[in-house]
This record gives sequence, C-alpha cells and structure tokens, in this order.
Amino acid sequence: MNSAALIIAEVVPRVTRETTFDVPANVVFAVQAVVMIFAAIRVVTTKNIVHAALWLVVVLGGVGLNYILLQAEFVAVTQFLVYLGAVIVLFLFGVMLTRAPLGVSDDLDNNQKKIGIGVGVALLGVLSYALIESFGRSKLTFAAYEGVAGPNTNGRTQAVSDAIFGQYLIPFEMLSLLLLAALIGAIVLARRD
Amino acid sequence: MLLNQFLLLSAILFTIGVYGVIVRKNGVLVLMSIELVLNAVNINLIVFSTYWGIAGQVFALFTIAIAAAEVGVGLAIVLLIYRNQRSVDIDELDELKG
Repeated sequence: MNSAALIIAEVVPRVTRETTFDVPANVVFAVQAVVMIFAAIRVVTTKNIVHAALWLVVVLGGVGLNYILLQAEFVAVTQFLVYLGAVIVLFLFGVMLTRAPLGVSDDLDNNQKKIGIGVGVALLGVLSYALIESFGRSKLTFAAYEGVAGPNTNGRTQAVSDAIFGQYLIPFEMLSLLLLAALIGAIVLARRD
Repeated sequence: MLLNQFLLLSAILFTIGVYGVIVRKNGVLVLMSIELVLNAVNINLIVFSTYWGIAGQVFALFTIAIAAAEVGVGLAIVLLIYRNQRSVDIDELDELKG
C-alpha cells in the first residue's frame, strides 16, 4: 500500500510536469481518429441518405475535437456552430426538398466503384508517402503560440481576432461580400417564377 | 503529439471524400463528400498554424465561411436540377455529351 502511494507520488508529477497532456491527448486522438474514419467511410458507403447526413455529424464533430487538441478553441467553436448547427440542417432540408428516397435505397451509387477505389488508394499512397517523407516523426511544438497567452486564458482568441481585424481585414470584408453574393444567388436560383 | 498523425488523418479523410465524389450518384451525397474534403483541408490549416503562426486559424475560418456559402448555392443548384429533371441523379445530366 505504502509503496503504491510512493509510486503514484513518483509518477504523477512526472506525467504532469514533463509530458504535459501528451499521453491523454494521444489517447483521445486515437479513439476519435478511428471513430472519424469509420464514420467517414459510412458517409460514402451507406445506402440510406439520412444516415449519411447523420454520420457526417460524427465526422464534423471529430474535426472540431481535433481543433481543440490543436489548441484552436475559437475555430473549434465556430466549427460546431456552423457545421453541426447550420450545414447539417441545410443538408437535411436538401434531402427533404429533393424527395430523396427515405430508407434503404440501392440507387445512390453509380458503377464506378472500382475506379473510385483505385483513385482513392493511389491518392492515399502518394499523399502518405509525401507526408512521411517530408515530416517524418517531427513533433508538434506549438511554436507559433509562444508569445501568446496560453490555455486557461483567452489569449488565442484575442490573437485570432487581432489577425482578422488587423492584417486580414480586407479579405474578411471580401468574405462578407461573397456571403452576400451567395445569399442572393441561392435565392435567385431557388425561387419559383 | 506528432505533426504527421493529424496530417495522415486529414489525408485519409480527403481520400474518402474523393472516393465519395467519384462513386455517389445523388447530388446531395456528392455535396456531403465535398464537405469531407473541405474539412480535411481545414485540419491541415490548423495543424500548420501551430507551426507557422495564427494566420492558419484565420484561413480556416475563411474556409468554413466559404464552405457554408458553397453548400447554400450547391443545394440551390441541386434543387433546380430536381425541379427540371424530377431527379437529382448526377449521372443523368449528360446533355453536353455529343
């Protein structure tokens, strides 16, 4: 009993001090990576169009979790609000308005499965070869955030807003113009004359 | 955490999205696959923002906004196709074929 307490006292500070949150973050990453890949495969293979939209929720939520692991909280919250809140609802509206076959349907895929698998495997091979060749086992350092106040503060969000409303103000305004154009375009396309 | 674990995850998501664009026939499902591709790109932007600076996060936000606009216009186009053709089958849109 006593020796167990000694071991815990020995290990716990070392874990918190030296490896910070690396181990738990890796565990979280592994679990959500498996879940995300499975869900993404279900999105492109399921025979039920509503299920595809719901599996997409899992993938997009997992992407948001990735942003939290990468300490980009503001983007993570935006991801949850915009994708899980708005885009999924838009997709479900699209499913409803196009009278897509609810329930299982065999008519969602074309006969290009072999080409698709070939292209996918080739693309994945090339991409992972290039990534492993160029980045190898290099560590994630968060070097870019060094001058910024760390977790438990709102320093990151302040830095993002400084960048948006300082250096990137004109692209940001262009983006709002683009959203306006998309809004008008969608209305013009979809309304009945 | 390694840089590559995120990059490889995003490569896998990208590949699955490309597969979906090739294989799916329903217009709404093709748009969902495009969302997969766009999210894979966003993961890359955020990963490299830990490396090069906060600009990656700004561009990820821009991509999210543009993806939302793309879904809006894309679904309007799919609706228009449905109204004209009575189906959203992308493979049936072959009027430009000689």
